[in-house]
This record gives sequence, C-alpha cells and structure tokens, in this order.
Amino acid sequence: MSGARLQLETIGKSFRGLRAVHDVSFAVPAGAIHALIGPNGAGKTTIFNMIAGVFAPDAGCVRLDGAVISGLRPDRICDAGVGRTFQLVKPFKELSVLENVTVGALHRRRHLPDARDAAAAILSQLGLYDRRHQLAQSLTLPDRKRLEVARALATEPKLLLLDEVMAGLRPTEVDVMVGFLRELNRRTGLTILLIEHVMRAVMALAAEVVVVSYGEKIAEGTPQEVTRNQAVLDVYLGQEEL
Amino acid sequence: MTADFLLALAQAIAKGLLTGMVYGLMALGLSVIFGVMRVVNFAHGEMMVVGMYLAWMAFEYLEVSPMLSLPLIAALFFVAGYALQRSLISPFIGRPEHQQFLLLLAVAILLVNACLAIAGPDSRGVQMEAQFESYEVGPLVFDAVRLHAALAAVVIAALLWLFFTRTRTGKSIRAAADNNLAALVVGLDVRRLYAITFGVGAACVGAAGALMITIIPVTPFLSVEYTLLAFVIVIVGGLGSMTGALLGGLLIGVSEAVAGLLLQPSLKSMFSFGLLILVLLLRPQGLLGRKPS
Amino acid sequence: MTFLRRLVGDAPPRVLWSLLVLLALLLVAPAVLGKYWLSVLILVLYFAYVGQAWNILMGFAGQLSLGHALYAGLGGYIAAGLYFHYGIGPWAGLFAAIAVAGVAGAIVGYLGFRFSLAGVYFALLTIAFSEFTRVAFDHWAWAGGSAGLFLKVEPGTDLLNLRGGPLLFYYVILALAAGAFILCRVLLQSRLGRYWLAIREDAEAAQAVGVPVLRCKMMAIVISAGLTALAGVWNAFYYNNLFPETAFAMGRSIEITLAPIIGGLGTLFGPIVGAVVLTGLGEAFTDVGDMLRIPGSKQIFYGLALLIIVMYRPAGVWPWLADKLGLKDRQP
Repeated sequence: MSGARLQLETIGKSFRGLRAVHDVSFAVPAGAIHALIGPNGAGKTTIFNMIAGVFAPDAGCVRLDGAVISGLRPDRICDAGVGRTFQLVKPFKELSVLENVTVGALHRRRHLPDARDAAAAILSQLGLYDRRHQLAQSLTLPDRKRLEVARALATEPKLLLLDEVMAGLRPTEVDVMVGFLRELNRRTGLTILLIEHVMRAVMALAAEVVVVSYGEKIAEGTPQEVTRNQAVLDVYLGQEEL
Repeated sequence: MTADFLLALAQAIAKGLLTGMVYGLMALGLSVIFGVMRVVNFAHGEMMVVGMYLAWMAFEYLEVSPMLSLPLIAALFFVAGYALQRSLISPFIGRPEHQQFLLLLAVAILLVNACLAIAGPDSRGVQMEAQFESYEVGPLVFDAVRLHAALAAVVIAALLWLFFTRTRTGKSIRAAADNNLAALVVGLDVRRLYAITFGVGAACVGAAGALMITIIPVTPFLSVEYTLLAFVIVIVGGLGSMTGALLGGLLIGVSEAVAGLLLQPSLKSMFSFGLLILVLLLRPQGLLGRKPS
Repeated sequence: MTFLRRLVGDAPPRVLWSLLVLLALLLVAPAVLGKYWLSVLILVLYFAYVGQAWNILMGFAGQLSLGHALYAGLGGYIAAGLYFHYGIGPWAGLFAAIAVAGVAGAIVGYLGFRFSLAGVYFALLTIAFSEFTRVAFDHWAWAGGSAGLFLKVEPGTDLLNLRGGPLLFYYVILALAAGAFILCRVLLQSRLGRYWLAIREDAEAAQAVGVPVLRCKMMAIVISAGLTALAGVWNAFYYNNLFPETAFAMGRSIEITLAPIIGGLGTLFGPIVGAVVLTGLGEAFTDVGDMLRIPGSKQIFYGLALLIIVMYRPAGVWPWLADKLGLKDRQP
C-alpha cells in the first residue's frame, strides 16, 4: 500500500511490561478522513502518541508519505507535516486566542506579522475571530477545542490527528465541527485521522474505520461494515449508540 | 596506606556517621514536608537554627539541658508548624514554585532575623560536661555528645516511623501523599493532614536543632548552609523515603568528614554539591526514592 | 526597520511617550539629585537590569533559576581578573565575561533540560552549580582566592577602564537597563520570544506545533547568563572588590530574583517596577532599622513586606498597577 499518506506497520508499545499496543497496521490514503475507534483504554491515544512522536514505538514503524517518521521528536514530526490535538485540550492559557494560533503559524512563517495574519485567517474559518484577543483560559470548552484545532491547522499540516475532538460537545456543536472538517477536507484535501467515541461524527466523516481493542486491531472497513461486525459489537457490549 | 591514616579515616567516618544522624533527622523533616505536600521549604535551615537557639536559651536561662528541652521544643515546633501551614502555606500548595519560594523565603528572613534581633550575631554555644567526655571502642574514640545526639536522633526517627506506619493519622498522611484526589474522595481531611505533616516535619527540625546545639554553637548565618544541606540530603537519599533521608544524612555526614580529612575542609561542601548534581542528573529519585510515574 | 517595528509594535502612543519622558528624566537626574538619591537610583537600575536578564529565563521561558549569581560572579571575576592581571579594559574584558558565562549557562541548561529537570529540581541544580563554583573560586589564586580580588581605584574619570565616580557608573547602568528593556521587548516580538512564552505555558503543546523546545530553552539560558554576566562586570568595577563568598552567594542569586518576582514575572515592566518597590522599601526600612538600632530589624520589615506582597499580589505588583492604569501589558 505505498502511496498512502499515513502508514502504520506492525507498531507496538509496552509500558513497564504492560502491552499497550501490539501489531497494529493500517494505512490512510492522502485526502481521506479515517477514524480510529475502540473502547476506553484500547490504546488509541498511545497509537496517536507514536505517530506524533511523543514516544517511539517499541516495534514496527510509522511512515508519512513513505518516509519513516517514528522515533522523531514531536517538533520534527510537525515539520514533516503532522498536526495533532490533545484529548485534554492544552491551550496556552495566559496567551490570547490569536497568540495561541500564531505560535502554530510561526512554524511556517518566521515573520511575526505574517504569522499573525495567517492565524487570524484560520480563526475566521473556525468562528473564533471575534474572540481573538480573549485569553485562552477564559474560553468555553467547545471554543477551546476549536482553538486547539486552529492551532494545529496553523502549522499547515498534511495530516491532522484529532484526539476525541468531539468529546464534551453538544450535538449541534458536533454537527458544526463535522461540517467544518468535511469542508476543510473537501477544500484543501487535508488527510484526517480522528480518534472518536462520538459515533455520530464517525459515521458522518469517516470513509474507513479502524477498530482497536486491548491494543490490537480487531476490524477495519467502512463505518457501515464495522458497525455490523460481530467482533466489534462484542467489544462494545451494551453500547447503544453503536 | 599507613595504619595511622586508616585509623584517622575510621575516626572520621565514625564522627561523620554520628553527625550525619542528626543531619538525617533534620532532612527527615524536609522529606516529610516536601514528600507529602511538594512544598519547597526554603525556611528549613532557618527553622533548624531557631531550634538551636531555643535549646541554647533553655540551657542559658533555665539551665535545662538540650536533651531535656528537646521534647518541649519539638512540641512547640509542631504547634507552630501546624499553625503556619494552616494559615500561610495552605493556599500556596499547588501554586507555581516561585511563589512558594518567595513565601518561604519571607518566612526564612523573618525567622533568622528574629534570632539576630533577640540573640545578636555572635555565636552562642552550650557548655556541657558531656562535651569533654568520650567513649572508646577499640582504637576508635566517639565524642559523647555526638553519640548521645545520634542515639536520640535514631529514637526520634523510630518514633516517626511508628507514627507513619502504625497510627491511623500517619497512614492517612501517606495515603494523601500518594494520591491527593483519592484521599479527598475517601473523605480524608487533607487540609488537616497537611497541617499535621508540616507540624511533624517542623518538630523533626526543632528536635534536630536541639541536638545540634550540643555539638556546635549557633549563629544566624548557619541557616542558608543548613537549608542547602537538607535539600542535598533529601535529593540524594530519595524523596518520600524516610530511610532515604537518614541514609542520605549519614552519607553526607561521612563524606564531609572524610573530605575534611583528605582534602581541605573548605572543599567539603564542593563534594556535597558535586554529589547533588550527579544525583539530579543520573538518579533524580535518589538512592531510595521511588521513580516518579 | 524590523527592529524598530518590533520595538514600537502596537504599543499605545501614551506608553511610548511616557517611556521617552522617563528616559529624558533619567538622563538629567544626576543634575538634580544629591549623592544619596543618585546611589539609590543606581541600585534601582542595577536590579532592574539584572532582573530583566533573569526574567528572560524565568518569566519568558518558565525555568526557575536560583543560581544566577553564578553568571554574575563569573562575569565579574573574568573581567576584573583580566584587568587586574593584564590591564585588559572592561570593554574588551566583557566579551570574555559574556562568553564564559554563556558557556556556564549552556552547561547548566543542557544538563538540566536534557535530563528533564524541572521546577524545584532544576532550581536545585542551579544552586548546586553556583555553590560549587563559589568553593572553587575560594581556592583559585588567579582570582584572589577567599581573600578576594581588589581593583585599584584611580582618580579621575576613565571611561575605557571604567574608573570614575558614581556618575560614570550611573550612565553605564542606565544604558544597560535601557538596552535590556529594548532587547526584551524586541525578543518578545520575535519568533523566539513567542516560542518561549508557549514553552512556559505548555511545553508539550508547544512541541506539538513545531517549537524546538530544547533549542529555545538553551537560547533562553545562554542569553540570560550572558546578560547577567554584564551586571557582574559592572558590579566588579563599581565596587572594586570581589569575594567568592559574596559574588556567588545564594543571597546574591535570591536578590536577583526578587525584583522580577515582586514586580511581575514574564512582563516587560515587572522587573523595573519590582526594582523600584524593593529598593524603596529597602531604603525606608534601613532608616527605620537605624532608628530602632536592633540588629536585623531592617530585614524583619523587609521580610514582612515580601510576605504581604506574595500573599496579596502573587502575580506581582505591575499587573495590578497596569490594571489600575488601564494598560494591558499581558502581551508586551
């Protein structure tokens, strides 16, 4: 499957003897939106962290457009074109909304005024422009999530990793975010991989879904296929939203 | 390696072990405070010096030996520590280090200058007969005061160990130290526990001060050295480990004595700081501390 | 042009005019102030300067150093030593001073950052290095050992060798303080400055958006160390004596940190306001202490003042003042 934007090849990770992720492989083609789902503790964020460079896989490797990126530092991986958000949002609290996104924009535009302009443009797209001078710590959770996405987008990534970006959002807010991501993907061809629990978003956005449980991949396919897969249903026992 | 040199070395080690025990008790106080609440007690050395002054005053004006005034001084320190924690320090837990640092720096300045105001800058010592006595074990000579102080320190440390392992309060404190949130959830009054912890830590320092005055005289200017020493010992010995604090104290006591013998005495602190740097870099959890998760 | 643009940026005109007026006042101050007040002002400017230098590492990059006396001491000793032994003037000597201090900062920084020491542990590392150096200098004959290094006091004014009266040193420290202020302002408006603030807020999130955290932290400590070294050079030539016991003392490190912490970390005006408040308090309490004639009383008042400030204005005096004045110095 060469030519995929993102490729995970048999990656694995153990923490102090506990196997968190084992033998996981999948690929995300350029321009696609895929989702990574699974019960809590299945290893999804660990997988993200390996892609984003927080730690290196113990086994296997991660490729971006064919080039190995596993083992690189997070800032070098951002260089290579990967942007990510965090499950528990991490805004720069004492900086304004604009300054937050500017830090991201500075990655590609060294000149501060240019970076600010690029940041402002992204804020407009996400509906945060009128709050641009507010301190990040004063934002509501949905706005913080949007800020997190804006900041990641400001680094002009080829691949965007979204870690439970819908969590805590009301259904209407979820729809807005889904609409934004879909439009972004359509307009710019940005490849997106999302970790999600909110099935509404997964069904609406993802072309393909990878399911992990206890650190292993148990299913892969379209959202429709996956939600009818017996193994997947067993793992999500009693979860009605599926 | 002549026999004389070996003897001098053994002597230095013995002396270092004894003094180190008192250092260990002082550091134990810091280990308890820092280990449980993560409060950086920059006033630790100052508290030690206050303990020394109180014991000196009891001796000078009430003719009570430091060994006898020790329990009272420890109790006084407990109460003061409890009050200090409850009133001033409590709001600062979890705040950025530089604010804690400034708070305790202010407390340190107040403590040490109160001593200066009351007792003046000259060194104050305690004259006890025991200071001229010694025990001989084979070829080694142990100063009586150092031996008594070391034994007292061991007893106090043992009492502390019993407190933390056998009493309900002690166990609750350890629980709160391990996992603050869980402690709150199970209904432990964490604020009260913290205050007790600070009181206990302070009591250790006060006791250590009472013991130390039997060995050396006190001046207000010792405080900075003791604060640094306490931190070196706690880091080397390992955070959150009582045995580590005592072991660290012994280690530092011995290394100082040996360094004083082999090198120039003034270089001995260089050794301690060099050791601190190494430990910080290579094994920040110290000898006996737990690796941070 | 970029420099000027960064310097001025989007600062409101009244702030710019106030600063210019302040500068003008400071330039003519010696003509109106008596000897005593001039020495007080010199002290304020010194602490404002060295506070700005320290603020770069702590207020901007978020790393608590309690061993900054290391860099001041090294700077002072190198420049003074070169002058004492080889007659090399301080304007040349300062380059060596900055270089040595910069290397020291790089060592401390590399060890601290590479080994992921943060908070208290990093602070202890800085203390350890400073103390270690103090004892080392006690035994270094070239630097005069524990007996100290003394520079000859020459009559007359010699700018090249920084020999002269308080007036000369006043203008030098004023230039340094103004220069540091301008430098900090320009740095904050640069990519590096923004990266520092991001690191201070959340290093992990910063790294995720491409900030090279280690490299930026190293730059912070090296720049901070280099600037602090200049303070040491100035200090050495002003007081004409150096002792390891005082030059590298923990007390020296602490006094460097007080103005920025009291004034307001991470702000441009914080160290300056802090220096004014602390020096003012210090002088007032010295007078009271002299009146009371109890040893240590001045320090007791000083300690109380610090206590009150940290309890009621933990973020610093400047943010509160700025709020009152209707200024938003949150992002200078």
